[in-house]
Amino acid sequence: MINKLADSVAQALAGVKDGATVLIGGFGTAGIPGELIDGLIAQGARDLTVVNNNAGNGDQGLAALLKAGQVRKIICSFPRQADSHVFDALYRSGKLELELVPQGNLAERLRAAGAGIGAFFCPTGYGTELALNPDGSPKETREINGKHYVLEHPIHGDVALIKAEKGDRWGNLTYRMSARNFGPVMATAAKTTIATVHEVVELGALDPEAIVTPGIYVSQVVKIDRTATQAGGFKKSA
Amino acid sequence: MSSYQKRSKEALAKRVAQDIHDGAYVNLGIGQPTLVANHIPEGREVILQSENGILGMGPAPAAGLEDYDLINAGKQPVTLLPGGAYFHHADSFAMMRGGHLDICVLGAFQVSATGDLANWSTGEAGAIPAVGGAMDLAIGAKQTWVMMDLLTKQGASKIVTQCTYPLTGVACVKRIYTDLCTLACTPSGLQLIDLVPGLSLADLEQLVGLPIRPAAA
Repeated sequence: MINKLADSVAQALAGVKDGATVLIGGFGTAGIPGELIDGLIAQGARDLTVVNNNAGNGDQGLAALLKAGQVRKIICSFPRQADSHVFDALYRSGKLELELVPQGNLAERLRAAGAGIGAFFCPTGYGTELALNPDGSPKETREINGKHYVLEHPIHGDVALIKAEKGDRWGNLTYRMSARNFGPVMATAAKTTIATVHEVVELGALDPEAIVTPGIYVSQVVKIDRTATQAGGFKKSA
Repeated sequence: MSSYQKRSKEALAKRVAQDIHDGAYVNLGIGQPTLVANHIPEGREVILQSENGILGMGPAPAAGLEDYDLINAGKQPVTLLPGGAYFHHADSFAMMRGGHLDICVLGAFQVSATGDLANWSTGEAGAIPAVGGAMDLAIGAKQTWVMMDLLTKQGASKIVTQCTYPLTGVACVKRIYTDLCTLACTPSGLQLIDLVPGLSLADLEQLVGLPIRPAAA
């Protein structure tokens, strides 16, 4: 019998190794799998490469993971935020490597990894200083039908940590509003995908027409209680 | 130079909104461009896209009704209009790159006469770099419009022969809406669309320091 439901965050994260590339869902604070990040801090894996759109807010969540010194490199599109002081200090002191990637390239490089694409020609960033490899050499470019493109390579994850809304024991997932963001594409791009959900339902209870991430992309599902606000929505989680 | 009145930020937003056609799919950048949403002329239905996976984005919710699972690109709480849809990030940016958005409106540090855009970095030493979706939007939408003050606080033109700040995209800006004028960027340079009352084309050319072809008849 297939049962991807994990008893705890700690159980789900037990296999994360030092040096792993960890894809972390979320945009700003929406869709950030806060409990899994806290679990990763407790688990203690080090020398990590983290992929997230941002680089942490305040002192919680991703910022706390950075502060714990577990991250060697971050790949993201928008590290600078009003409250990104943890990232800012580490970056300025040279303790954290940054690969800055246009947001759409981040998403498409993840998609390419999940879809088995070797590399792809993308118009974004052509003629800019982000069309450079991390070592500063120019990325390969090509003119196709009069338009200029840059060769971009996939970003493969060892593990993806994502936040969904509902899931079942096969790992099928639905999301909630704009908290969906990077979750579905990261789920496809990692060897192991761990998703938190606020509701675990019986097989067949999720409308097959509405499942966003089919269970084939998901390794483990952990249920996390939700914190409701007056709005019926959900508190800003770090 | 003759006396002229600058467009206020609201007047500029209204001027941009006036050119957005009925049925347009539009992405409004963070900051000043978001004001445009408040000025869409009565009777026009315009669908707003947000890079984090929303089409049919509505205004901010009433106080107390914020839901932080539903935010815009600036991470502020928003609402969804009836008919709106959610999708993931790879789809959102495929939508941009694939040329499905009619218009995106962005802020800028500098724009060149031929439409090169610099709006993500001042290249200042020690600054934390951050690009977000700016590069994807700039080259993806059918039309990229810039909305900005014409002059810096020091009085220098932000429309230049060649951008000195790091580029966001090459030859991607079609129009520049400013507090003093509206201009088209073309492969052969700038063309006037309109000016604020009291300002002549000769005055404007002097402020910008570049030749500007008269408005098309």
